[in-house]
Amino acid sequence: MRITLEVWRQDNSAAPGAFKTYDVPDITPDMSFLEMLDIVNDRLVESGEEPIAFEHDCREGICGSCGLMINGQAHGPQLGTATCQLHMRKFRDGDHIVVEPWRARAFPVLRDLVVDRSPLDRIIEAGGYITVPTGSAPDANLIPVPRDVAETAMDAAACIGCGACIAACPNSAAQLFTAAKLAHLNLLPQGQPERWDRTVAMVEEMEQWFGACTNHGECEAACPKSISIDFIAMMNADYVKALRYNRRKAGQHA
Amino acid sequence: MTTTAKPAAGQKPKRRLPFPIEFYRSDIGKKWVMAVTGIVLLGYVLVHMIGNLHLYEGPAQINEYGEALRDLGGHLAPRTFVLWVLRLGLIAAFGLHIHAAYAVSRKSLASSGPSYRARDYVIANYASRTMRWTGIIITLFLVWHLADLTWGVEPAASGEFFRGDVYGNVVASFERWPVAILYIVANLALGLHIYHGAWSLFQTLGVNNPRFNSWRRNFAAGFAAVIVIGNVSFPVMVLTGVVS
Amino acid sequence: MQLESKVPAGSIEEKWDNHRFDVRLVNPANKRKYEIIVVGTGLAGASAAATLAQLGYNVNVFTYHDSARRAHSIAAQGGINAAKNYQNDGDSIYRLFYDTVKGGDYRSREANVYRLAQVSVEIIDQATAQGVPFAREYGGLLDNRSFGGAQVSRTFYARGQTGQQLLLGAYQALEQQVHRGPVQLHTRAEMLDLVVHDGRAVGIIARDLVTGEITRHSAHAVVLATGGYSNVFFLSTNAKASNASAIWRAHRRGALFANPCFTQIHPTCIPPSDEFQSKLTLMSESLRNDGRIWVPQEAGERRPANDIPAAERDYFLERRYPAFGNLVPRDVASRTAKKVVDQNRGVGPLENGVYLDFHDAIARLGRDTIEARYGNLFEIYERITDEDPYRVPMRIYPAPHYTMGGLWVDYNLESTIPGLYVIGEANFSDHGANRLGASALMQGLADGYFVLPYTIGDYLADYLSTDPVGTDEPAFADTEAEVRTQIDRLLSVKGTRTVDWFHRELGKLVWDFCGMERSAEGLEQAMSEIPSLKEEFWKDVRILGSNESLNQSLEKAGRVADYFDLAELMCRDALHRDESCGAHFRVEYQSGEGEAMRRDDDYSYVAAWEYTGDAADPRLHREELDFEYVQLAQRSYK
Ligand SMILES: Cc1cc2nc3c(=O)[nH]c(=O)nc-3n(C[C@H](O)[C@H](O)[C@H](O)COP(=O)(O)OP(=O)(O)OC[C@H]3O[C@@H](n4cnc5c(N)ncnc54)[C@H](O)[C@@H]3O)c2cc1C
Ligand code: HEM
Ligand code: HEM
Ligand code: SF4
Ligand code: F3S
Ligand code: FES
Repeated sequence: MRITLEVWRQDNSAAPGAFKTYDVPDITPDMSFLEMLDIVNDRLVESGEEPIAFEHDCREGICGSCGLMINGQAHGPQLGTATCQLHMRKFRDGDHIVVEPWRARAFPVLRDLVVDRSPLDRIIEAGGYITVPTGSAPDANLIPVPRDVAETAMDAAACIGCGACIAACPNSAAQLFTAAKLAHLNLLPQGQPERWDRTVAMVEEMEQWFGACTNHGECEAACPKSISIDFIAMMNADYVKALRYNRRKAGQHA
Repeated sequence: MTTTAKPAAGQKPKRRLPFPIEFYRSDIGKKWVMAVTGIVLLGYVLVHMIGNLHLYEGPAQINEYGEALRDLGGHLAPRTFVLWVLRLGLIAAFGLHIHAAYAVSRKSLASSGPSYRARDYVIANYASRTMRWTGIIITLFLVWHLADLTWGVEPAASGEFFRGDVYGNVVASFERWPVAILYIVANLALGLHIYHGAWSLFQTLGVNNPRFNSWRRNFAAGFAAVIVIGNVSFPVMVLTGVVS
Repeated sequence: MQLESKVPAGSIEEKWDNHRFDVRLVNPANKRKYEIIVVGTGLAGASAAATLAQLGYNVNVFTYHDSARRAHSIAAQGGINAAKNYQNDGDSIYRLFYDTVKGGDYRSREANVYRLAQVSVEIIDQATAQGVPFAREYGGLLDNRSFGGAQVSRTFYARGQTGQQLLLGAYQALEQQVHRGPVQLHTRAEMLDLVVHDGRAVGIIARDLVTGEITRHSAHAVVLATGGYSNVFFLSTNAKASNASAIWRAHRRGALFANPCFTQIHPTCIPPSDEFQSKLTLMSESLRNDGRIWVPQEAGERRPANDIPAAERDYFLERRYPAFGNLVPRDVASRTAKKVVDQNRGVGPLENGVYLDFHDAIARLGRDTIEARYGNLFEIYERITDEDPYRVPMRIYPAPHYTMGGLWVDYNLESTIPGLYVIGEANFSDHGANRLGASALMQGLADGYFVLPYTIGDYLADYLSTDPVGTDEPAFADTEAEVRTQIDRLLSVKGTRTVDWFHRELGKLVWDFCGMERSAEGLEQAMSEIPSLKEEFWKDVRILGSNESLNQSLEKAGRVADYFDLAELMCRDALHRDESCGAHFRVEYQSGEGEAMRRDDDYSYVAAWEYTGDAADPRLHREELDFEYVQLAQRSYK
């Protein structure tokens, strides 16, 4: 295969960036998209140009490091797929492919296609946990959890923190990421005691950084784990409850 | 690494305010208000459209209907009192809806980075992406509309505006084809707005259930269709001379 | 140097409890006077840092990832073992202990393994309370499955994302401590060297991967939780960035490196499809519970799998090991697969795989059951190969996966450098010569949540109300200077070949000569070729850009530079160990039908290597292993 790449190049967050076009011959459909970039980089180095910086680690769709805007779609054209799982067979010979970094005010570009996604950690810090000092836990089977509940919690917990939902959202809203973590913890019995404080804390931290959701649903389509926007609805319902009810009685309003 | 990212909004004061204010300060709260006021507005446009169908029964009936509106509450309440209560409610709904819309839109614009060179939407539809514009069109239309048929101020209103003669006013107004076009365009915009809005509000209010999610789409589409067909029919009928 | 394992007295059941009673404690008010550095935010690092902070210590945590959540642990699929015996199928702490020692082919320390089995139970409680959504039965209780080599169902799992969910649990606990204050998290910060001041570990030198800034950090103690070194093979199932530099630097500063040649090859990975392949993807071993492994009987068979009649298929594992069939331990499964492929009965475009067939399982249990169990794994497979495993059998082949070897630690998880603790895959600890499936997550969390936080107190007690060594001490200045020279050297080579090229070449060497099968002359050959490749690297590597920016080639180069020395040590260790045990298979030492032959009289010891300078050969130290509870026997899975 032979393709043309149009890639965003930027030296650092201060420097101005620009698109650069590369002609990429001799690649095979079985290569992953990132392996294609590896080859481009090897060729660049040989020709004396600095390689394109992009993030990746596990290369199997679980660590959430990778994330590129490929032809205007976060993680590329294949639904429910992280960039690292995308293969060149999804493209046609002669294609022109535009590769851009995630764009959002909270995601400054560090270099080329690498952005700073640390605000996602801030959201987790705000309340994305269940407080259990090590060693204080009761026996694991003390609290049975209905299978369907556990399964739904797992659907939400599958989030890999890649930030594609934000990159794809026309409002740069982090609703899906935040709602997924909230749903994971708020659905489980173990998560109930902190449910309402967690919801308020995480939503408010989220709103410090990101835009307001107007239900475009683009995030769900971009999500490599196809996490459903139904969780966003759940977050909206929980947030109003959390503010509305007297915390001392909060338990009654699950 | 010392993070280079900065929050979009400034740090909030820690002290908690009473629920409604605290809630409205958050984007989610604003969206709730938009949804609720949205429902009020939906209700209004529906009732308003149905009421206007009296046009097809002829001058007497529609003018009577206008009277009836003013007489709402019969002899229990002063004349036009109930109507004013409703109007105030409606004005409040519009006001809140627009303010919230303005606020969330500002927030989102402030939060988004440089736009993409290539952009290929998968789910987000034309309606959802144009809510801000259709909203603005509706607002502008409204100003014209009130001047035209309620206050009777030219150039919005036609020369022969006569307070109380709803039928005459409407016909006179729509016989001016540019005005008719304006009404049609505005109502198409409204249709788009409702197409996303009436689906979106369930998500915002957190009434979202896999069992009726597919049904939500049809509801929104149906609602938009009814409003558009009903409202657009009036200028069309006048232009085509069916109503004159 | 005498290696002291510091195994406490008492019967094996009592050792850990006695020890916890004997170690000195630091009282809560004093804990906040201590600074601890934790490098790594995988299961081991995150759980340790979070727990230490909960106890009241001040913790500085380092990771080269942009977020603590990205650590390689996230990729673990299959599950985590624990001796809960929820299935009432005869499991017990003692049995888990026994299986682990046996599975490790009697090259691990009994006391450590027993402790591991003991705390395994608490790990599940802890994780569940944190909200880890383990798979459940309809009754709402936790589900288990049986996993590579085990005859009881003791493996807990969360779909195919067990490592992810466990890591998120630990990561969330860590982030909570960041929020509270005691934890300072340094992301995109890579440890480039360890600082040793009069014999103690007193801090590290780190590089900010964005700005290139080199900084000094001091503490009362340093904990390395930096993972394994499978990437020395270039192609492995490990995350691309996983590397050995942290432990290798510590080794050069005096920490002994134990059993470097004990590297595990995982039987069920997707074989490479071309020479550009950057990484091998693991297909969880749980697939072996329902999949049947076979190759064509005829060498050079070219028909597509489904056209080959049952009569002409060779279910070689079931044939050779009737008792365990497809569930034999990893090393056995891997080697047997290699055999049949070497008989060029391999399948797939490059004839480099064997079939893992679900046809019968689907017929027996129905597609839905199989989908429920392995759905996401099948999806991963289809994404990569473009083949549908529900219809066409999967193609699998062994790949480097886990390293049992690592820095030598005593019972307290302290290395031979006082104040330097090593946990998780980075230490050599509990798996002997071969790790059982679902035991690494268990060990990482055992070390981090339940062992290190206690044992480190005993060391810290000596330094109450002393400040950490100042970063202006010569020890820091000198180490930083060395780090800077190394970076400048790399950047100044300005050769012609990319870092990856050298890494691939090195990987091929190690895979061919120190991989699944090792032979004396092969190892000698490797040991002569590696140094020359290293020399070439320092003459011809090409790294563009500067240190003062985000420079991924520079990061890689530093890691690859250390791999050369590590690879050499692996070969040296493999060569010195004149026996076959666990993952270490020396062709010279096999029985008639090709089974591994251990030589317990001469080799039941831990080989711990001491660095003695670039010129000199490393010095071997032995920790003799004695087995009081598990009697040694040749493993037999027949
Ligand atoms: C594909 C795959 C599947 C697996 N499945 C299972 C399974 O089902 N069950 C099981 O029990 N085990 C499994 N394992 C093994 C298990 O996942 C690992 O052994 C375990 O997660 C190691 O955890 P760790 O905390 O020791 O190290 P890692 O998780 O590797 O963490 C290393 C950390 O150290 C940091 N680090 C390293 N070097 C530096 C440095 N120089 N400076 C700063 N930071 C540094 C990294 O950023 C990272 O945060 C699997 C392994 C693989 C590859
Ligand atoms: C009769 C007129 C109107 C009706 C029936 C209406 C209805 C709605 C509804 C139902 C929603 C969805 C609310 C939610 O999902 O939370 C909505 C959203 C919105 N409206 Fe209106 N609206 C009207 C007028 C306006 C006006 C005048 C403006 C502003 C200029 C406006 C701007 C918006 C915006 C920006 C949104 C956000 C999109 C979203 O949240 O989905 N609307 N409207
Ligand atoms: C073609 C479609 C429409 C027709 C024929 C129409 C007709 C009228 C008429 C005749 C009146 C004056 C009634 C009276 O004074 O007694 C009126 C008032 C009004 N219309 Fe419409 N209308 C249309 C569409 C709309 C739409 C789409 C909206 C909202 C977005 C709207 C909002 C209003 C409002 C707010 C008033 C003032 C009501 C009051 O006086 O309390 N109209 N309309
Ligand atoms: S919700 Fe989906 S898209 Fe968003 S961060 Fe999580 S995995 Fe990525
Ligand atoms: S795309 Fe954005 S607008 Fe909401 S539904 Fe998803 S966050
Ligand atoms: S590289 Fe880990 S998810 Fe893509």
